Amino acid sequence: MIWYLARRAFSLLLVFLGLAILIFVIARIVPGDPARIALGPLATANQVAEMRTEMGLDLPFVQQLWNYLSGLARGDLGKSLLTSRDVMSDIRHALPATFELVLFTIILQIALSIPLGVLAAVYRDTWVDNVTRIISLIGVVTPGFVLAIILQLIASYHLTFFPITGRLDTALNFKADTTGLLLIDSILAGRWDVWTDALRHLLLPSLALAAAGVGQVMRITRSSMIEVANRDFIEASRAYGIPERVITFRYMLRLACVAPLTILGLEFASLIGNAFIVEFVFGWPGIASYGVRTILHKDLNAVIGVVLVSGVFFVVMNLFIDVLLGIIDPRHRMREASNT
Amino acid sequence: MSALIPDKPGEAAHNAIDTARHLSGGQMAWYRFSRNPAALIGATIVISVFFAAIFAPWLSPHPESAGAHVDFMNRHSAPDAQFWFGTDNVGRDIFTRVLYGYRVSLGMVVGVLGVAVPLGVVLGLVAGYFGGRTGFIVMRFTDIMLAIPPLAMALAITAVLSPNLINAMIAITLLWWTWHTRLIYRIVRAQMNEDYVEASKLAGASHFHIMFRELLPNCISAISVKITLDAGFVILFGAALSFLGLGIQPPTPDLGTMVSTGSEYLPEHWWEALMPGLAILYAILGFNLLGDGLRDMMDVEL
Repeated sequence: MIWYLARRAFSLLLVFLGLAILIFVIARIVPGDPARIALGPLATANQVAEMRTEMGLDLPFVQQLWNYLSGLARGDLGKSLLTSRDVMSDIRHALPATFELVLFTIILQIALSIPLGVLAAVYRDTWVDNVTRIISLIGVVTPGFVLAIILQLIASYHLTFFPITGRLDTALNFKADTTGLLLIDSILAGRWDVWTDALRHLLLPSLALAAAGVGQVMRITRSSMIEVANRDFIEASRAYGIPERVITFRYMLRLACVAPLTILGLEFASLIGNAFIVEFVFGWPGIASYGVRTILHKDLNAVIGVVLVSGVFFVVMNLFIDVLLGIIDPRHRMREASNT
Repeated sequence: MSALIPDKPGEAAHNAIDTARHLSGGQMAWYRFSRNPAALIGATIVISVFFAAIFAPWLSPHPESAGAHVDFMNRHSAPDAQFWFGTDNVGRDIFTRVLYGYRVSLGMVVGVLGVAVPLGVVLGLVAGYFGGRTGFIVMRFTDIMLAIPPLAMALAITAVLSPNLINAMIAITLLWWTWHTRLIYRIVRAQMNEDYVEASKLAGASHFHIMFRELLPNCISAISVKITLDAGFVILFGAALSFLGLGIQPPTPDLGTMVSTGSEYLPEHWWEALMPGLAILYAILGFNLLGDGLRDMMDVEL
């Protein structure tokens, strides 16, 4: 297990390095001079040249890349043109909000999709199955921003209990500085009013974000449950007289969890992408809102930082899922070990 | 299932009525397809979307609304007999703009997949066929590309390149090929152990011949299913980009832009965001149902 982890961590490092280089190269080969963009169209040629020196753009390309990577190793992503603060501190400031949204979304996805998938498999080809099929289809084909707008529309007319923008009522005057996650910090501080308010704000955005994954994972849970149900050892357990409940939840579900978890890990990339849209619609003060803002201002350092951080987010998430799969299914551990 | 497929597809076509055993491959596929209501609905939707896009100028009740038309008399009017989907903030007919919006969406699908699919397929074939170091390098590069959240990357690219339709397409294309490379790589790796590959090697066939004349035909059904499913997601992606103001610029009618402009007038003028939103949903639904139907029909794993 230790070896397995070490190997995974190493390949993670490789992917991360590749990602950093790739993003840097893309950001440099695109037409448009970053210095010119930073100063705006009114700057003189001299000012631009000065700025180029200051930003290190006149150095040879390899030297620029090296400077960038060594800065990265120190956790330095450069300065943001928009906020004129360090990109790293901006991101650190915005990250907890996104982290809370994404984490809650994943919990919501697992809590909704796996039970619904099991239900669909147990009541296969009945109306229950058909209803879950339609729910899943709606989840998959509804674009995140359309769902977000529909939810906002419903909330503003009928469910006025749910606020449609922001993360916390400003009147509550609460600063989350222990973990940065409102739901956890409010419990630690014993502020239940903050906790319920944070949850109210969180529910609609995370629902909009969760839908696509729920739709997909539900169907996959269903089909892998059915596949496992046809295995001999299930028949054998049944013959031994093991209660159906135990067979379904302890034997079948454990094996059937492998495929849905893998998909959840893969879906995570589009989850982060969708977070850009959902945060934008719901005015959620996270890294994606920051990303969209900096992108619209052509703030290159910040954009690179945001893409890089979301890439790291994704890679780490996949490692986590991999380890989880290794625990659930020992065969996975062995297969991975023999592959690399 | 395999027992139903005749030994020589095509030859038995003339006396197909007898038994299932005499159905040709194509007829068999059509039979399975026509028995799948979801796939039929999907096909109908996709055809209607194409129809709407191609014949937009003749179908639209208010063709002048496609451009920068202004009609303040009918500003913000709710859906009725004259304006089926209502009108927007400058009085343009939303139904007309949806029809024209499909033109942009489908154009985007053709443009993106027309480049990304061949690129991804060729790389997948090369990586799978040669394997070894070549395969390793190509697949690791693909892994890195896959680790970038696509929307975030597309946002960054369009922003840096200045937002417009072509750049949005470039951004999506740059990220899309990876999925095809992965798919083809997997199929080819599985096929490499088959006898026919060994046989053509022994017969002295060139690498090119084996890759494109022997292996590629075995990937076609998987590719076509993937393309159909992809089409829906490219539409979604393009709409998401222009929703954030990074895709097509006004006054060209575009569904994502319409949702974004319309959402400023929520909740009173709900149709202005909802109708284009549902139009996007309709197209994606169609491609998804059709893709799923094709997948069942051709019995491929993606």
